[in-house]
Amino acid sequence: MFTYTIRRLLIAIPTLLVISLIIFLVVTLAPSDPTANLPLSIPSEVRAQMREALGLNEPILVRYLLWLRQFFLYEPLHMLDQAFGLSLAGEDMQRILSWQTRSPVADLIVQRLPQTLWVVGTSYVVGVLIALPIGIVSAYRQYSWFDQIGTFVSMVGFSVPTFFTGVLLIVIFSVHLGWFPSIYDTTLRVTDLSTFWLQIKQMIMPVAVLALYNAAQISRFMRASMLDNLNQDYVRTARAKGMTERVVVLLHVLRNSMIPVVTVIALGVPTVFGGAIITEQVFKVNGIGQLLIIAIQGGDVPTVQTLTFIFAVLIVLFNLIADVLYGLLDPRIRYD
Amino acid sequence: MPDGASPILEVQGLQTVFRTRGGDIHAVNSVDFHLQPGELLGVVGESGSGKSVTMMSLIGLLPSPPAEVRAGTVRFGGDDLLRMPARQLRDIRGARIGFVFQDPMTSLNPVFPVGFQIMEPLRKHMGLDRAAARRRAQELLELVGIPDAARRLGDFPHQFSGGMRQRVMIAMALACDPEVLIADEPTTALDVTIQAQILVLMKDLRERLGMAVIWITHDLGVIAGIADRVMVMYGGQVVEQAPVKALFARPQHPYTRALLQTVPHVTGARADRLKVIEGQPPVLSGPPRACPFRARCPHAFETCARANPARVAVGPDHDAACFWDVDRGAPRHV
Ligand SMILES: Nc1ncnc2c1ncn2[C@@H]1O[C@H](COP(=O)(O)OP(=O)(O)O)[C@@H](O)[C@H]1O
Ligand SMILES: [Mg+2]
Repeated sequence: MFTYTIRRLLIAIPTLLVISLIIFLVVTLAPSDPTANLPLSIPSEVRAQMREALGLNEPILVRYLLWLRQFFLYEPLHMLDQAFGLSLAGEDMQRILSWQTRSPVADLIVQRLPQTLWVVGTSYVVGVLIALPIGIVSAYRQYSWFDQIGTFVSMVGFSVPTFFTGVLLIVIFSVHLGWFPSIYDTTLRVTDLSTFWLQIKQMIMPVAVLALYNAAQISRFMRASMLDNLNQDYVRTARAKGMTERVVVLLHVLRNSMIPVVTVIALGVPTVFGGAIITEQVFKVNGIGQLLIIAIQGGDVPTVQTLTFIFAVLIVLFNLIADVLYGLLDPRIRYD
Repeated sequence: MPDGASPILEVQGLQTVFRTRGGDIHAVNSVDFHLQPGELLGVVGESGSGKSVTMMSLIGLLPSPPAEVRAGTVRFGGDDLLRMPARQLRDIRGARIGFVFQDPMTSLNPVFPVGFQIMEPLRKHMGLDRAAARRRAQELLELVGIPDAARRLGDFPHQFSGGMRQRVMIAMALACDPEVLIADEPTTALDVTIQAQILVLMKDLRERLGMAVIWITHDLGVIAGIADRVMVMYGGQVVEQAPVKALFARPQHPYTRALLQTVPHVTGARADRLKVIEGQPPVLSGPPRACPFRARCPHAFETCARANPARVAVGPDHDAACFWDVDRGAPRHV
């Protein structure tokens, strides 16, 4: 298992290089001009100079290699410096700067990550936590009223887009009832019980919207996996041994059913970091998803490239984690 | 066999119906039988004749829905298993009645070590602690002839061959020293050589442990070598029941006779091809009103279509459910 993990990590390197090249090319070759949003009064010679200063006149391959060096060498060194107060990075080691704000992209991400982790991360955890028991009960009581309602709700959660449920919640709970704020306030600092309560209140709606969506998918998956296993012969064996239904379902069946479900849950984690782009927009959560949208609209190539590539890294990484988990959970799988 | 001793298990009027979308399937129809302590009862019949469903009905192992045990009593140690609270029944399953299933490849849980799976009933029914259960599990693996038992307790089912897995299943069923062991085609899924090994093992275990065994099979050859008494099932009914010698010497039901003719003989002239019973088993969409075997029966006459024959005594501890008297070659007077 260990050598397998190491080998997979090594294979991930060329994979990520190819992905980075593709992302770089797609974003760079897109017909957008970083100076397009500037006032029209700026003369075209100045615009040309600005483009040159941004390094846009170099050949594409050179720009790609420079970007790689920045991403894999300079940025990590700068991050270490910031984190531990060192000075590993030299003066000439230029950071990846956002064209819009002229500040390092890494700093922008660090600023926005907590909001995304709080809102989207919580919603994922909540979604999983409600999905698992619902999936288990729905499968065990297949076609019961509980299962029918569960099927209906998850179909709704699955098919109604989050911008609809989000706006619906805002209309009901913010506009009419006035229970929760419709805008997420990033400046809120949790210092005591009352600010903690405010934080909870502003998180409830975005978390609920996303949790519904996540839970809809995962509970269906859990249900299907449980149903697959409930009909297996080993379940009859466990009953023939006199095990209680509790042990039969929550130990024998669940342990088997979790194998594919854990994989799916792990594969879904990168989407947490991707932020729920739409939901962040609806509730004005200034997280990673919103950063990406603004960067795309402003033609901010470095920010878009960096974010996209980080997502790619996370997806590759969590694919690996899912495979390793699969191997750990299923004794029949041997990686060597 | 200790004659006259009271039976350890006595089934009367058992009726099981599956309620499916395509309509009801009457899989078991008024089945009566009994099992003496220490006896090995063979149950034979084509596949689909209701052998498994009968045995699983006894101890509530059928999924409900779709299964519904509609009628009957199952006397076991003074209680009726069919009218027992689920909790009490669970204390009997795996403790006083052990079960071995047909397919050892799928009957063990793939994600738990076999040691854990054998220890489960020990801990639940006998209240053993972990260490004691482990010792007993090791003894059991040794008992069923698995070499290097102590180490193999930690192995997972996929690390065993089919025959070895069936030995594990047997160890599990025997864990709490049951009075009755129900083995549902325990050798059908195995290679012929492995089948023989499991048969030898079972004979040996029965002599040593003295439990009563119900051995389900569709192979009369297996039954001949191992059973004390045989029950033949067809269409969800018992059609003949006799001590093993009598059954092979004087089969009374045309179905039993047909079954016996399908057994290939190792000695003697080789038949040109294996005999098969012509025709299809009955569709069990309603409770039987006529003899279920009449469509395939060489002796069928008009009475067979009018009523379902009851089991009548045709010899000492020997009965058959047929209107035709094969000895006289004429309808039976009842
Ligand atoms: N889960 C089920 N649903 C519907 N019918 C079933 C089910 N299980 C068994 N049956 C029916 O019960 C009859 C007897 O089956 P079974 O006892 O398994 O036969 P066998 O003698 O081969 O063990 C068959 O005709 C089968 O169609
Ligand atoms: Mg069967």
